[in-house]
Amino acid sequence: MLSRVADSVYWMNRQIERAENVARAVETTLDLALDGTISPGRLWNALVCTFGDEADFWARFGLADQANVISFLAFDQTNPNSIASCLQAARENARTVRDMISTPMWEEINKAHLYVRSAAAANAEIDHPREFLDEVKRASQLITGVADATMSHGEAWHFARMGRLIERADKTSRVLDVEHYFQPAAVRATRPAGGAADESDEVAVQWSAVLESASALEMYRKVHGAVSRRSVADFLIFDREFPRAMHFCLIKAEESLLAITGGSKGSYTNPAEQRLGRLRSNLNYGAIDEILGAESGLHGFIDGFQTSLNQASEAIFATFFALQPVGSSGQEA
Amino acid sequence: MDLQAYQTEGFHDELFDESLAPRPGAELLASRLAASSDGELAERQRAADKMLLTMGITFNVYGHEAGTEKIWPFDIVPRVIDAGEWSMIERGLKQRIHALNLFIDDVYNQRRIVTDGVVPDWLVDSGKCFRGPCAGLKPPRGVWCHITGTDLVRGGDGVMYVLEDNLRTPSGVSYVLENREVMKRTFPQLFAGQRISPVENYPEKLLAMLEYIAPPQARDPTVVVLTPGIYNSAYFEHSFLARQMGVELVQGSDLVVQGDVVFMRTTRGLERVDVIYRRIDDDFLDPLAFRDDSMVGVPGLMRAYRAGNVALVNAPGTGIADDKAVYAYVPQIIRYYLGEDAIIPNVPTYVCGEPTQCDHVLSKLGEFVVKPANESGGYGIVLGPRATKEQLEDCRARIKANPRNYIAQPMLSLSRVPTVVGDSLEGRHVDLRPFILYGEEIFVLPGGLTRVALVKGSLVVNSSQGGGSKDTWVVHEGRR
Repeated sequence: MLSRVADSVYWMNRQIERAENVARAVETTLDLALDGTISPGRLWNALVCTFGDEADFWARFGLADQANVISFLAFDQTNPNSIASCLQAARENARTVRDMISTPMWEEINKAHLYVRSAAAANAEIDHPREFLDEVKRASQLITGVADATMSHGEAWHFARMGRLIERADKTSRVLDVEHYFQPAAVRATRPAGGAADESDEVAVQWSAVLESASALEMYRKVHGAVSRRSVADFLIFDREFPRAMHFCLIKAEESLLAITGGSKGSYTNPAEQRLGRLRSNLNYGAIDEILGAESGLHGFIDGFQTSLNQASEAIFATFFALQPVGSSGQEA
Repeated sequence: MDLQAYQTEGFHDELFDESLAPRPGAELLASRLAASSDGELAERQRAADKMLLTMGITFNVYGHEAGTEKIWPFDIVPRVIDAGEWSMIERGLKQRIHALNLFIDDVYNQRRIVTDGVVPDWLVDSGKCFRGPCAGLKPPRGVWCHITGTDLVRGGDGVMYVLEDNLRTPSGVSYVLENREVMKRTFPQLFAGQRISPVENYPEKLLAMLEYIAPPQARDPTVVVLTPGIYNSAYFEHSFLARQMGVELVQGSDLVVQGDVVFMRTTRGLERVDVIYRRIDDDFLDPLAFRDDSMVGVPGLMRAYRAGNVALVNAPGTGIADDKAVYAYVPQIIRYYLGEDAIIPNVPTYVCGEPTQCDHVLSKLGEFVVKPANESGGYGIVLGPRATKEQLEDCRARIKANPRNYIAQPMLSLSRVPTVVGDSLEGRHVDLRPFILYGEEIFVLPGGLTRVALVKGSLVVNSSQGGGSKDTWVVHEGRR
């Protein structure tokens, strides 16, 4: 398929997944704010930091409260990572690849965009955002489901899935890292890594919320039972079967990559296979206690993971999307 | 609803005669409309509008912010053409396209028609769409105008005329197909029991034509649709056609010419392209051959074309037959090449490039419709009887400055079709754009695109200027 088209399909799916993940994170923050164990100011501040647009936010808003943060993350057209911007961009990408995706898939993307656009115009959702956030999540899942059911599982579909899963792995890692922003640095410094002192009420509530934001609570319970920081991190990083766990995302993303290239696991023929394969195998052989026991801790691990994932994404760009320089033969003077 | 309240107001109505009796082919439709309950029409119209929005069937308007998409208004009352009349139109269009293709081939090769004095040489050579670089070219299978969207109008006299020949990159066929789909989904009972010619096979016919005209050495030809991109007004159609044919939709930057062969850049490297259905004007096709500031073209494309390694649809240079001054000579062109009279007449046309005709036009400017010879989309047209004094004087000055570039026609009283306004029907003016494919044989898609001027009294049907569209039915006698 055309390189430009593959690029658009890949990004379209990242953008839809991103919108869903922003919605999830905002919902979790609303839950935690109701719960009251962590002050709302810290929560909304953490949300802005988690989604990496801090400087942009503070340049335009004086206060990280519910109204400002939701307005910024959900509807702000100038924030390229807001839900509205992501769905706008996804639809624009869908238009450029309209010939590659099925009509039902296009219609769902179009509807999602129209819904968010009219919600943004009405502006009433900031005070009562639940229904809106649910609708965004539902739309993303519907688009994914319709794509699975109506698109041939060929090259375009694999680019789509690879985009979605790489985005999801990144966002799950960010949600896991949220404690880094909840806790003042002084508290983090005095806390023993992975020890029993973690298991305060506040911590349990916080990690339950992290699970909730990934719709992971039920699946987690089946594996680990009681909620603890160690087990939640273990589950969301290493689980091979839960579809929002980082490991799962990389296994499936690599499957799609290999389906596209025709390559095989365990060796590589291009930088994309090398980077993604290396990252996936790190998770294959990693262990949660090593991560929590290390000097850099969970935050350090996640930082490293995100850097490697970005490198993998750049390698995918270089391998498939970058327009090859053209030889001079056949060029007229 | 009560159809007796409908008024034809002295215009030729496509569905009803002066006594409000349905015309041939429209009987069942009229009875179904009459049987609709109060409010039903408005409700169906709303359902159709919602469907168009959800389907994202849009066009872009130039002169607005980039990416301004609009839903193209659709009216749910179809326009009906009786199969008997259609067969005459079909024959007339085939005749016209056959002759025009011979004309294009002639003017770029032997120029017999010019030598024989049927069409003046100055007219051909001064044509804005005459392409010198195309002289001597012989496109694959001898076809230049593969896809045509001829505009037809019916005057107050009930006669169907050719208004203009669109032989460059005519658009609108996607709306023909989508309109039919929307109609079937929102107003299915109108179809029951009737024999209406299907339109759904157009993409297959199009693909078959594109494969037929591929360079002979291409055994299993790769066809692509070339679009300027998503901000082009007809982008929806470009992607629609590519999707329906199952071929790649490419932009200029996706293509590269190496060794006079065209390739597209794919995730697996370069892949050869044999046929390009280009929706880019000649001027922008190849910066090395035509306009060097083109950002949407493919450098070297014309060399590959000339070398016979790729087919272009329509062939570059075809626009010469799209010139409205050349249009005036089409009846003579048909007689010259085919020895026949034109089956569908032209609208009487004055060519301002001919001094005596120009004087006549200038002396009665307020009575004519004046059109630039090489614009599309309805731009630059002055309706004499409706123009202000300043507009007429401005028009006069422009004709005098460049007479070659203008033609004039009498103001036509376009026919009307009942159109939904609120919950009742009012007459609105329409035209008709049938689509013709020239491959192994000439194929005319039954019906075509009916464009409707939705503004009361307006004669402008262009999508960019307040026009909408209707489903168009070629209805056969006898119940299904």
